[in-house]
Amino acid sequence: MQIFNFAKPLNFMRLKWAAVVLSAALVLGSFTSIAINGINWGLDFTGGTVIEVGFAKPADLVAVRQTLTNAGYEDAVVQLFGTSRDVLIRIPLRADIAQAVVGDTVLQALNSQQAEAVTMRRVEFVGPSVGEELKQDGGLAMLMALLGILAYVAMRFEWRLSVGAVAALAHDVILTLGLFSVLQLEFDLTVLAAILALIGYSINDTIVVFDRIRESFRKLREATVAQTINDAITSTLNRTVITSLTTVLVLIVLFYMGGALIHGFATALLFGIAVGTYSSIYVASAIAEILGISREDMLPPPPVDKEGESTDAL
Amino acid sequence: MLNKNPIWRYVLVIGMLLLALVYALPNLYPEDPALNISATRGGTVAEETRLQLEQSFRSANISAKSVVLAEGQILARFNSTEDQLQAREIANQQLGANFVTALNLAPATPGWLTAIGATPMNLGLDLRGGVHFLLAVDMKAALDKNLNDMVQTFRADLREDKLRYRNVQADIDSAQVQVSFRSTEDVVAAEAALKKRDRELVFTTSSDNLTLLVGISEIRLKEIREYALEQNITIIRNRVNEIGVAEPLVQRQGADRIVVQLPGVQDTAQAKEILGATASLEFRLVDTEGDLGSALEGRVPPNSELYYSRDGRPVLLEKRIMLTGDHITGASSGYDEYSQPQVNIKLDAKGGTLLSAGTKNAIGRRMASVFIEYKPGTEIGADGNPVLIKQQEVINDATIQARLGRDFVITGINSPAEAQNLATLLRAGALIAPVQIIEERTIGPSLGKENIELGITAIQWGMAAVLLFMAVYYKAFGMVANIALVANLVLLVGMMSLIPGATLTLPGMAGIVLTVGMAVDANVLIFERIREELLEGRSVQQAIHHGYDRAFATIADSNITTLLVALVLFGIGTGPVKGFAVTLAIGILTSIFTAVVGTRLLVNLIWGGRRVQSLPI
Repeated sequence: MQIFNFAKPLNFMRLKWAAVVLSAALVLGSFTSIAINGINWGLDFTGGTVIEVGFAKPADLVAVRQTLTNAGYEDAVVQLFGTSRDVLIRIPLRADIAQAVVGDTVLQALNSQQAEAVTMRRVEFVGPSVGEELKQDGGLAMLMALLGILAYVAMRFEWRLSVGAVAALAHDVILTLGLFSVLQLEFDLTVLAAILALIGYSINDTIVVFDRIRESFRKLREATVAQTINDAITSTLNRTVITSLTTVLVLIVLFYMGGALIHGFATALLFGIAVGTYSSIYVASAIAEILGISREDMLPPPPVDKEGESTDAL
Repeated sequence: MLNKNPIWRYVLVIGMLLLALVYALPNLYPEDPALNISATRGGTVAEETRLQLEQSFRSANISAKSVVLAEGQILARFNSTEDQLQAREIANQQLGANFVTALNLAPATPGWLTAIGATPMNLGLDLRGGVHFLLAVDMKAALDKNLNDMVQTFRADLREDKLRYRNVQADIDSAQVQVSFRSTEDVVAAEAALKKRDRELVFTTSSDNLTLLVGISEIRLKEIREYALEQNITIIRNRVNEIGVAEPLVQRQGADRIVVQLPGVQDTAQAKEILGATASLEFRLVDTEGDLGSALEGRVPPNSELYYSRDGRPVLLEKRIMLTGDHITGASSGYDEYSQPQVNIKLDAKGGTLLSAGTKNAIGRRMASVFIEYKPGTEIGADGNPVLIKQQEVINDATIQARLGRDFVITGINSPAEAQNLATLLRAGALIAPVQIIEERTIGPSLGKENIELGITAIQWGMAAVLLFMAVYYKAFGMVANIALVANLVLLVGMMSLIPGATLTLPGMAGIVLTVGMAVDANVLIFERIREELLEGRSVQQAIHHGYDRAFATIADSNITTLLVALVLFGIGTGPVKGFAVTLAIGILTSIFTAVVGTRLLVNLIWGGRRVQSLPI
C-alpha cells in the first residue's frame, strides 16, 4: 500500500511564489491579529488566581457568582470547565488584597454559602513578577532554540538552507501564535511547551527534505536547481505525509481524551503540525531556492583549502 | 554475508530490554495508603514504639498490612484511606507531640524489585496531588539589616580609635553607610581605620570631602544573599519537617527563590502560615535615661528607638541590638515556680558570648525582647508583590538579674498557648530575610488521580491507533515497527523509573503520547527508503542494507535538532514542563535505539541473509 506513487517528480517549485505570497500574507495576518486582539495570556503569564472546584451536582454558576460577589470578588470570572460539575474561577491580580490567600478565602466563602460543600480540585496562584519573567524566559527559549537550529543546520548543510529552515520554523510559530490570537484561546505554559515541541517536530520534517535535496544534487548531475528540489520533495512526500498522519492521530487522541488541561497543548500542536508540514515543503525549500542555492554549494568541499585566502588583508 | 548479525548483538539488545522491563515493573504495582512516623528533634523511634502502635491498631480493629521500622522511621501500610486516617488519629493520641505523623502513599513494590533498586517513577504534584510553592527571599531586607549592623559597628570602631565623627547613618536607597566628619583629616584617618578592620568595604567620599560613603563589595553582597538564601532553605526545611509531610521537597531555584513541594497536603492555609511566618527576636537594653514623654512627641534620643509593647505601652529601647534571634539554637515552653508560662531559650556559643558581654555591665538594667514579624501588607511594591510590613513589638522586658549566658528564660508571657507558639516560632528559626509566596499550585487528590487516568487512556488509544496504521500500511514490516514501538515504551518507562531526577507529569504523559506518534518516523524513513531501493531494481538484501544505511544520517540529523529543543525546554521549564522536556528527550533516545538498532535485528533475523524474492512492505 502506498499513498503516493508518482512516475515523475511533481513540480512543487512552480508554485513557489504563490507559496511565498500566501505565507507572507498569513504571517502578516497573524501579526495584525496579535497587534489588534493581543494574545489571551493564561494565568502562568498574567499572574492571578485560578480555582477549580468540583460540585456533587451540576453547578449553579449564578449562585457561585453571587457568592463571590458577596465575598468581595466582583471581578471573578466563573465558567464551567470540562464537565457541568466542574467550575473554574479566575481572579485577576488586585492591589488591595494579599494575593497568596485569595484561594483559601474563596474556598471558605464557597463552602460556607453553598448548600453543599465543594471539593477543591486545584488552586493556582501566580505572582505578577513570575508571569513577567516567564514571558521573557519563554521568548528567550524560543529564540535560543531557533538560533541553535540555525547554527546546526548551517554547520551540517549550508547557510541558505539554514535560513530557509529557520524561516519555516518562525513561520510555523508565528502562525500558531496567530491562531491563538484570532480564536482568543488561552495561552498558558503547556502551549508554550507545545510550540517548542513544534519547533522540534517541524525541523525534523525540514531536515528530511534537505537531506534529500543534498543527495539529489549529487545524484542528478544534469538537472536544474528547481528540478532537483522537486525530485527531493516528491521522493520524501510519502514519508512526510505518513509521519504527519501518525502524529496527528495521537494528537487527536490527546485532544479528545487528554482532558481539559491538555486541550491548549493539543490544539497548538495539531495546527502547528499541519502548518509545519506545508512549510517544510514550501517555505524552507522555496526560500533556499530564492536565495540562490546551487549544486556547487552542496557538493563536498574541495580537499585542499588554502588558508587565509578568504580573509581580508589586515 | 549481508544482513546477518552476530549472536552477541541479539543478546545485548534483548538483555537491555529485559533490564528496562524489570525496572519498569514497579510502576504496575498499586500504592498503599500509609503512615510515616518519625521523631522530632532529639527523639528516637524505638522498636517498642512500633510494637505499641501495632497493638493499638489491632485493638481499634484497624488491620495494618505491615508496620515496619526502618531508617529511624515507622512505616505502617493499610488497606484503605479510612483505615489510614483513623490510624493517624490513634498514633497522634498515643505518641504525643514528640513524634510527627505524615500521610503517605507507599509503593507496594515487591521485595525482590526493591532489592535491586527498582522503584516506580516519581510522579509530579499534578498527578499525585499536593501543593507547590515558589517563595522569593526578600534580599533587600537582608541588605538593610546588614547596613544597620554596619552603622553600629562603625560607631563602636571609630569610638575605639578615638576618631570623632558627626554622624553615622545608613542610606538604604544607595545601599551605603554615610559617616560624616568635621575635617577632611578625620575622613582620611577613618577610612584607613575602617579599611584595616574590613577589607570588603568600598569607600568613596562625598563632593564636600567631609562625608565618607561606605558601600559593600560585590563579593560581600553575594555572600549576604547566599547566606540569606541558605538560611531560609535550612529553616524552611526544618519547618516543613514539623508539618509532617512524607517526601517533602525544599530546593533552591535561581538566585533568590525557593521551591517547596508538599505532596499530599491539601490544607494549604496551615502550610502557608507556617512557611510565611517569619519571626525573629532581638534583645535590646531599655533606655532609662531618655525622656519617654518627649519621645512620644517625636523627639526620640539619637541612640534610641520607640517601641510599643503588646498592650500598647510605649518603651524606649537602645538602638544597639545586644543579640539577634539567629543565635538561638533551641526554645521550649514551660512553667516557672509560680506556674506562670515561660520560654526557655538556648543560644549557640557566639550568642552566649555576645549576651554575656552585653549583660556584664548591665545587671540591674532592664532588657527587652522584641518580637519581629514580617507579614504581607496591602500595599503593592514596584515588583508587583505585596510589600512586607515589619511588625515589631516588645513582648517582654525584665530586669537582668545576673550576667546571662547560653541558657536563659523569658517570663511574663500571657498564656501557655502563647508561650508554646513563641517557642515553636523561635525554634523553627529566625530568618534574616523574610520570604513571600509568589506562586502556589495546589492539586486536589481527585484531580491528580483523574489526570493519571486521562494520561493512561490517551497513551493506550494513541498507541492503538498508531499500531493499527503501521500494520495496515507496512504489513509485516509494520509489525516489526510495532514491536519496536512497544519496546520503546518499555524502555522509556524503565529509563524514567531508573533516573532519579526524572519526574512524570501530565504534560510529560502528553509527551509520551507524542513520542509514540513520532517514534515511528524513523521506521517510516527506513521503510520508504527500502521501497525506493526495491523500485530502483536492487535485490532484496541490497535494498534492506541501503535502506537502513541511507536513512540513518537523516534520522540522526533530524533527532539531534529535536534533542536541542528538548534541552532548551528543560532549561526554561518549571515543574510540569520540565517533566515534558525529560520525557521528550528520553523518548527521542529510546526511539532511535529501538527503531534503528532494534528493528534492524528483527528484519535481519526474519529476512536477512537468505534468498527472498520480495518483501512484505
